[in-house]
Amino acid sequence: MKFSLEFEARFAEMVNNYPTRRSCLVPTLLYAQDEVGYLSDEVITELAQRLELTELDVRNVISYYSMLTTKPRGKYSVQVCTNICCLVRGGEELLAHCANKLGIGHKQTTADGMFTLEEVECIGACSWAPAVQVNYDFHENLTPEKMDAVLNGYRKQNH
Amino acid sequence: MADLVSHPDEVRVISQRFGKGATDINRYLELDGYKAVQKALTMEPDAIINEVKASSLRGRGGAGFPTGLKWSFVPKQSAKPKYVLCNGDESEPGTCKDRLIFEHDPHAVIEGVMIAGLAVGAQSAYIYIRGEYRYLSIIMQKAIRDAYAKGFIGKNIFGSGKNFEVYWHGGAGAYEVGEESALMESLEGKRGIPRIRPPFPAVVGLWGGPTVINNAETLAAVPHILLGGGEWYANLGTPKNGGTRLFCLSGNLEKPGVYELPMGYNLKKMIYDVGGGIPNGRALKAVVPGGSSVPALLPEEIDIAMDFDTVAKAGSLLGSGGVVVIDDAQCIVKFALRTMKFYRHESCGWCIPCREGTDWLEKTLIRFHSGAGLKKDIDNMQYLAENMLGRTFCPLGDAAAMPMIAFAKKFRKEFEDHLEGRPCPFEKEGAVRLPVLAH
Repeated sequence: MKFSLEFEARFAEMVNNYPTRRSCLVPTLLYAQDEVGYLSDEVITELAQRLELTELDVRNVISYYSMLTTKPRGKYSVQVCTNICCLVRGGEELLAHCANKLGIGHKQTTADGMFTLEEVECIGACSWAPAVQVNYDFHENLTPEKMDAVLNGYRKQNH
Repeated sequence: MADLVSHPDEVRVISQRFGKGATDINRYLELDGYKAVQKALTMEPDAIINEVKASSLRGRGGAGFPTGLKWSFVPKQSAKPKYVLCNGDESEPGTCKDRLIFEHDPHAVIEGVMIAGLAVGAQSAYIYIRGEYRYLSIIMQKAIRDAYAKGFIGKNIFGSGKNFEVYWHGGAGAYEVGEESALMESLEGKRGIPRIRPPFPAVVGLWGGPTVINNAETLAAVPHILLGGGEWYANLGTPKNGGTRLFCLSGNLEKPGVYELPMGYNLKKMIYDVGGGIPNGRALKAVVPGGSSVPALLPEEIDIAMDFDTVAKAGSLLGSGGVVVIDDAQCIVKFALRTMKFYRHESCGWCIPCREGTDWLEKTLIRFHSGAGLKKDIDNMQYLAENMLGRTFCPLGDAAAMPMIAFAKKFRKEFEDHLEGRPCPFEKEGAVRLPVLAH
């Protein structure tokens, strides 16, 4: 299992920031996922070994956190918040709009592997609702028209 | 990057450096940065705690516990290392204030954890930021690196002979981890399941050592208290509710945004003046004054001072400072359903009243909202929620139950309007009905 040099540098630093090795597990899993796309069996085996844990320990942690996934996803993860502040400002309509535009539902991926759609819980953009996160980028004060522009922007990055 | 707003009634303490480039350490130094921690280094630990006690600063995460008192619980002597833990796992729906602090003033949080550490005798601190806030963890990691490079943290800080380490830590999506004991579990690389208390974290916390856990906004206020004095800070607010607060105005408002207002600012004024009132000629239906977990207030209940004690007297809680405004075009049953779906999703499943209660409430509300509800369901939901209260190891069960009880009590008529197969009266024609998500 080979990670990037950047990952290795970060891991080497983080693992020494705590009195126990496993303490760096949660952020390390997220960085590994960002690199590989998902937490594959190979990643789990590797990290379990490095942190002196069983694979079951690692899988137990993965299943708890909503951002961690053991299944491959599209290149861009479109996460639409429909929690209360977004709800009263059109979050559900925005989710339905994304589903129509992309032709997929919750936790589904487009055939070209570009987008995965997900309805998510509060992302901390309440005063700028409705809001969407695409991977780690926040898009706020959205309307269906603005959302189209956001999606087109990501599509263009791949041409 | 989130938009900043302003209003003439604002009193800018925590937000005084917002928009001024203070992520740059040199700019931060020009704006009185790292002066408070140098002052703290000249003070006895008890003097620091007394200053914070005098400020009447109370926990900004939601519980409103007096910060100075919390620090005084940490034992002076400890065989195990002591820790400071900054809670930046901001996840309460309606709350988006810590985000601005990390984005605009990360060094204030570093200074805050250092002063807390000096007060309780800790030599290291962890700043926990939720996983979704990746751009903020990048800002915070840089701030920590810059502070090390200047020698402000690390060995022999400011030539005092004292050492202090500051580390960043990130989450990966879990509301429950914002609860103090689950936060520690998460930081130790585990599932975020709460711990049984006592012992409290001040005695047995991270890796078994005494630990002070404070919200990011609480810690960001501390440097200002040391420089301006506890008495000055206390006088900005109301008795026992010192200082200012970042109020996150959201929902059906003309000018939503995060505003720093004195503790005790009038809620009605906050909505109609600061927030610009309700748009599109609609009327106010309800206000959730402190994040999704607190009971909603009716329009006739909002002429109150926004401090911990007054809001509690009015039957709700000041909570995390997230003020969610609901206009009369919204369906309260739907709003309650969305709230409960959230708590069902976030319940860690350890305590049965919370795990089963949130699930049953969500299922009943789904049925209710679709027009298949029964009249007895309204009483049943209230009864179920009342029986969740105080029966769980952490407050998530209460957080789900409290709003449910208020919705069923205060909006009974609206619940009844959904009875006997009638479609939701608020549903627009041709509205999208989203499929209910699998667990």
